[in-house]
Amino acid sequence: MNANSSADTLIQIVTPEGKRTPQSEYSDAIADVTIDTVRELYEDLVVVRRIDAEATALQRQGELGLWAPLLGQEAAQVGSARALHSEDFVFASYREHGVAYCRGVDPTEMLRFWRGSTQSGWNPYDYNMTTPAIIVGSQGLHATGYGLGMKFDGAEGAVITYFGDGATSQGDISEALGFAASFSAPVVFFCQNNQWAISAPVSVQTHITIAERGRGFGVPALRVDGNDVLAVLAATRIALARAREGSGPTLIEALTYRMGPHTTSDDPTRYRSAAVDDEWKRKDPIERIRLLLERAGGVDEEFETRVRDRADTTAAQLRAGCLGTIEPSPMSLFDHVYAEPHSLISEEREHYSSYLAGFEGARS
Amino acid sequence: MTATLAAPRTLPIAPRTLPLGKALNAGLRRAMDEDPKVILLGEDIGKLGGVFRITEGLQKDFGPNRVIDTPLAESGIIGMAVGLAIRGYRPVCEIQFDGFIYPAFDQIVSQVAKLHYRTSGNVKMPITIRVPYGGGIGAVEHHSESPEGYFAQTAGLRVVSCSNAADANTMIRQAIASDDPVLFFEPKRRYWQKGEVDVTASLDDAYPLHKARVVRAGTDATIVTYGPLVTTALQAADIAAEEGHSIEIIDLRSLSPLDMDTVNASVRKTGRLVVTHEAATFLGIGAEVAARVQEHCFFSLEAPVLRVCGFSTPYPPAKLEEHFLPDADRILDAVDRALAFGQT
Ligand SMILES: Cc1ncc(C[n+]2csc(CCOP(=O)(O)OP(=O)(O)O)c2C)c(N)n1
Repeated sequence: MNANSSADTLIQIVTPEGKRTPQSEYSDAIADVTIDTVRELYEDLVVVRRIDAEATALQRQGELGLWAPLLGQEAAQVGSARALHSEDFVFASYREHGVAYCRGVDPTEMLRFWRGSTQSGWNPYDYNMTTPAIIVGSQGLHATGYGLGMKFDGAEGAVITYFGDGATSQGDISEALGFAASFSAPVVFFCQNNQWAISAPVSVQTHITIAERGRGFGVPALRVDGNDVLAVLAATRIALARAREGSGPTLIEALTYRMGPHTTSDDPTRYRSAAVDDEWKRKDPIERIRLLLERAGGVDEEFETRVRDRADTTAAQLRAGCLGTIEPSPMSLFDHVYAEPHSLISEEREHYSSYLAGFEGARS
Repeated sequence: MTATLAAPRTLPIAPRTLPLGKALNAGLRRAMDEDPKVILLGEDIGKLGGVFRITEGLQKDFGPNRVIDTPLAESGIIGMAVGLAIRGYRPVCEIQFDGFIYPAFDQIVSQVAKLHYRTSGNVKMPITIRVPYGGGIGAVEHHSESPEGYFAQTAGLRVVSCSNAADANTMIRQAIASDDPVLFFEPKRRYWQKGEVDVTASLDDAYPLHKARVVRAGTDATIVTYGPLVTTALQAADIAAEEGHSIEIIDLRSLSPLDMDTVNASVRKTGRLVVTHEAATFLGIGAEVAARVQEHCFFSLEAPVLRVCGFSTPYPPAKLEEHFLPDADRILDAVDRALAFGQT
């Protein structure tokens, strides 16, 4: 692979018009991908967008405290996640609902965190994927440490960590890139450059490409069209293969766009022009795969029904799961602060428990 | 301090009713008007006006060199402010949420706090670090913390917290005018709480930044608190009044230095003290207040000093925060225990 060239050619396999680009080393990486695989990827993209839309709606209806929409970033997430093996480990940020879906995380489990009904999310070991990292950039170092551990253990597999363009300004990400290069850790650094860190455009974070920044640390880098699911799949496969064979870390800069707000609390009209939004709408990650499939005769009524049903079912399950959440009991507040008994926690637990008990008597 | 410029150009008519957040905005505007060396740095503080809109409109009026949208890096923001301060600026940094101050912790406690001392007073650090803090808004992890204790324990830093709109407006200006670094904790769940603010008042006759304030006079017991819980304590005192108890409430305002004179005078009068804050009980500001009160008011105390604070757990998920946060009931429970003490 040519990950060291300083000229940042954008890896693309399907154009926004749904046409295949000429054969290249990158298309070789997905030579096994059949039309059926593309149909499955398309289905993933549609379902992931639907999960996101349903969660956004649930937030608007007051069922979730907050949600970080991924609208526009489906291909970056699905393409990279579908390159992973089950033994690989994912260190995510807070926006990787599409990755979580591909790892098999039940969407209801994703939602409960944003609802405020549970601690950070699921059991990371159940899916080989961490729960949302709210502290921007922190996960990059964790991924590097985990990767080093895998290397020491001689384990199969690799690590991937997701972060945004804004996160590349954090010391943690710089330190992670440096450490990973020094120790040749089997880590893929996957940056979804969605152009914005809340209201700050990527130009506030860097004046060179993020890919180039990686090279500055001695980490080879690829720059890929993040709205092209096949290109993302190819680039991630190449990077993971490097990690698995012991050749160390790779940085992937996936160029994409956050089509909606940063979170459901954000108002992008305060800092962003609608014209650029429109420009990116024309590069929609789902639309181009649909055009590709149509061109290849891969869309028929049966397929359409299948995709629609899957999206509908997932959305309905997610909504029912969210509304059916059993809320945590007050005393669970004191659970898991420590792995071993701790006298301060025991004291506070007992005190609060008797306080609540006295209250019940007085009120009922 | 050096407030040299001509009459401010953008002052509204005073006094008027403003939410606490808008009072801060007016205070920042005034400070920038009065001193061209005052510059603001932070994530999303420009066009967006900050995630809580505290800096709204300031970049438009003062330009991007005085209201700087920084890269996403807290250590960078504070470290840059150190350099700017060495150069003679008065940086006002915004940390977007309490839980994001830790990446900057090293710069704050190792550099900001110590430079004046290390340079034998030759280098001043007139840096204000604004931190929206505390819970009660149903946020996700790392968005509801009360880290003030860490900073109050660090020599070289001043730590304050406002609780109402009028104080917010004055205190932010005083913090910026201070030649020392000030950690300025803003009670985020009270940003929308309104109060009367005189935005034209001069700092010369302002209530001192580091003096506590008796916000409600009473005779039976004292509640000492600060920041978001001042409002909660006032609610508790209202309920107590219906039950015939007269509660005095002190808003500490400053956590470092602590104004113990005001607290001691109150405890000598009432004989009973309850301290409440959202940060953990263990080793919190309340522990210091309690220790000092027993040292100085031992013979006036009719009951042990009680604390009603956050638990020694990480801040819980939103659905449990009503249990974590001290509310009027929990405060009253402690007041009742203090009042009942020794009266069997
Ligand atoms: C250490 C830290 N600082 C600030 C924040 C507040 N914050 C959350 S997300 C965000 C922008 C992140 O942008 P980027 O890394 O580009 O990722 P994106 O959200 O665009 O996916 C900010 C400033 C935070 N969560 N953590």
